[in-house]
Amino acid sequence: MAAASAATTSALEPLLRSLRLKTKQQELLLRVSALALIYVLAFAVRLFSVLRYESMIHEFDPYFNYRTTLYLTEHGYGEFWNWFDSESWYPLGRVVGGTLFPGLMVTAALLHRLLHALSLAVHIREVCVLTAPFFAANTTLVAYAFGREIWDSGAGLVAAALIAVCPGYISRSVAGSYDNEGVAIFALLLTFYLFVRAVNTGSLAWALASAFGYFYMVSAWGGYVFIINLLPLYVLVLLVTGRYSQRLYVAYNCMYILGMLLGMQIRFVGFQHVQSGEHMAAMGVFFLLQVFFFLDWVKYMLNDVKLFKSFLRITLTCVITVGTLALGIGTASGYISPWTGRFYSLLDPTYAKDHIPIIASVSEHQPTAWSSFMFDFHILLFLFPAGLYFCFKRLSDATIFIVMYGLTSMYFAGVMVRLILVAAPAVCLISAIAVSATMKNLTTLIRTKSKSPQTTSGKATGSKAAAKGAVDQPLPFQHNVAIALLLGAFYLLSRYAIHCTWVTSEAYSSPSIVLSARGHNGGRVIFDDYREAYYWLRQNTPTDAKIMSWWDYGYQITAMGNRTVIVDNNTWNNTHIATVGRAMSSYEDEAYEIMQSLDVNYVLVVFGGVTGYSSDDINKFLWMVRIGGGVFPVIKEPDYLVNGEYRVDKGASHKMLNCLMYKLCYYRFGELTTEYGKPPGYDRVRGVEIGNKDVKLEYLEEAFTTSNWIVRIYKVKPPKNRS
Amino acid sequence: MPKAAGDAKLLIQSLSKAYAATPTNLKIIDLYVVFAVATAVVQVVYMGVVGSFPFNSFLSGVLSCIGTAVLAVCLRIQVNKDNKEFKDLAPERAFADFVLCNLVLHLVIMNFLG
Repeated sequence: MAAASAATTSALEPLLRSLRLKTKQQELLLRVSALALIYVLAFAVRLFSVLRYESMIHEFDPYFNYRTTLYLTEHGYGEFWNWFDSESWYPLGRVVGGTLFPGLMVTAALLHRLLHALSLAVHIREVCVLTAPFFAANTTLVAYAFGREIWDSGAGLVAAALIAVCPGYISRSVAGSYDNEGVAIFALLLTFYLFVRAVNTGSLAWALASAFGYFYMVSAWGGYVFIINLLPLYVLVLLVTGRYSQRLYVAYNCMYILGMLLGMQIRFVGFQHVQSGEHMAAMGVFFLLQVFFFLDWVKYMLNDVKLFKSFLRITLTCVITVGTLALGIGTASGYISPWTGRFYSLLDPTYAKDHIPIIASVSEHQPTAWSSFMFDFHILLFLFPAGLYFCFKRLSDATIFIVMYGLTSMYFAGVMVRLILVAAPAVCLISAIAVSATMKNLTTLIRTKSKSPQTTSGKATGSKAAAKGAVDQPLPFQHNVAIALLLGAFYLLSRYAIHCTWVTSEAYSSPSIVLSARGHNGGRVIFDDYREAYYWLRQNTPTDAKIMSWWDYGYQITAMGNRTVIVDNNTWNNTHIATVGRAMSSYEDEAYEIMQSLDVNYVLVVFGGVTGYSSDDINKFLWMVRIGGGVFPVIKEPDYLVNGEYRVDKGASHKMLNCLMYKLCYYRFGELTTEYGKPPGYDRVRGVEIGNKDVKLEYLEEAFTTSNWIVRIYKVKPPKNRS
Repeated sequence: MPKAAGDAKLLIQSLSKAYAATPTNLKIIDLYVVFAVATAVVQVVYMGVVGSFPFNSFLSGVLSCIGTAVLAVCLRIQVNKDNKEFKDLAPERAFADFVLCNLVLHLVIMNFLG
């Protein structure tokens, strides 16, 4: 028996030897399998919400995207392009095909068609739910390639791993958050990677690929403006630092011309590339590069310093005069539109607060708090400066690019919470460089040490002064310190992984349309009131009913309730929103006139006083007052405040206690006991007993209130008969 | 003033002398670039005279000229033998890239022409 087994092992040996891999092949195998695991991880970690709730679309904007995708798959591209949507913005309507970024919908529709071609009969909703995780997984591959391009393959792998679980990115790409950002970050990183690749190789083909990446980005998200401003800035910095090369010329010019042309094919963007002030930097740099190239060429041809100098003087004065003249005439004649409010509010964080309440009212447009940086980046926050140090130590065209991307996007992330998303890839890449470079240094230290342990001990006993004197002589305890540092790094990285999983599971995987809370006994309580209300609307109201609500809920009502709304989350018409804000903050009789003029049949309000759900309409009410007052000076904010304080209890102002929003939220609430040991009419969000318990409605009647009182729907009574 | 005029004369003389030594294939590309830029200028002047009404047509006309000019300059950079930066790029590869980019450019232009 033993002999037989020995014989088989000896027979197997050559086979095993042939299977044994060389070091390079082993490395390749390791790399590919690690990347595959990261790919799966990036997809899987985003599925918490599907497992915990069900496969559904989250939040507000994704419902619009879902509705349009549904239309696209049912009616085809041609009709989608010409779609006039009469269900939103009543009585104005909206030309949907020309006022959205179609990238996301087309992507989902194509994936859906592909799956059906493979005879996998999935519903379009599942495709939409899983689009964001799928693209996040693809982003890890791009991050790997990008990391390899700017540093080495080790940094690429670390970058892929970091970005796979980075909470700043997960927050916008969990399953169900079917939003533009989900595919746009992939497109953004792809464009940057291809552009850096084009700059490194100077090849037209890579620049062309980068232009296509840009095209996809333009079709997907308004954030493409970041690319079209960052690239010229990068070119400028290279010019100023004397790093201009002809590779840069080839890459930028090809990318700019083709990218601009491709971008113009998106109807929503149209001629903006040549007409809006935000895109002028790119065009200016394009012309600057031509001038620069021409001067360079003349200098090369002349070989005469004195002549070239006089030539330079003439051309420069000509170019600068022509440039300023063109810009001045363009701006003065209104041909080049000035910068938009959103752009200003990015450069100057206080701008929106003073000028555009509708932008400032959105919570994701607020300036970022320090804690949310920590929450979203964790250890990356202090690996980032370390990575910057390594980048500066090994300066190249590629590292300059990633440094600029990192710094600018970090600034924007500080201005607006939602832009942490744009910074996340850069932060991950730069941190990956720090991690990878540190690890490499430490492991080489350990390896060289272990070869000659004798000399180490000899030197460790030597005086400290001697060790300090010679730089390349090893320091005492170097070996041990290196091991300790490595262990520390592994500890930090594992903490990062734990933190990311925890954040994803606790904070970013709630659909916000189904709410969950912890009950008294620690169990999970689900509030499904939103869907209950929308389903009620769909079943119990006439199909042509017009619903008035604050604009946050517009997309959801049209998508799930299938009814016409007055305003929705596409905030293009400030006056219309202000009219609704005015109705909500007026007395009932005045509000009734406004509602009659808008043909409103039902009013929907969201109220959290029973459950303690804090983002309800009473807490949003001051914004309605501000936005309404911005257009109609009849509405004044101080009328609703008492000594600058916002309150709903007995001390509140008379106008506050009798405005439409207050009445609709607190109708019949005075009879209800919400919490044991508290008087009836105790508001659990504000933590006070309400001031007006005896609410009487004259022009409206209660139609439906959901089981936890979160959504309340009122019917507007028809006008009274003349007596 | 006469000094500046003299300078300019000298400049043009030495430039043309230096340019005469350029290889013929590069000269052909240069001619192509000059032609494309001149066409673009003509279109801009024409737009100034009659107005820019079908703006997409005007844009596609000008951009196709500028695009071909820029791409040709890129090609010129890449096939220039004196250029050390692109030593390892074969001229055939450069030309293939150039054709590909032009193809994309003009397909998009055709779509945009309206």
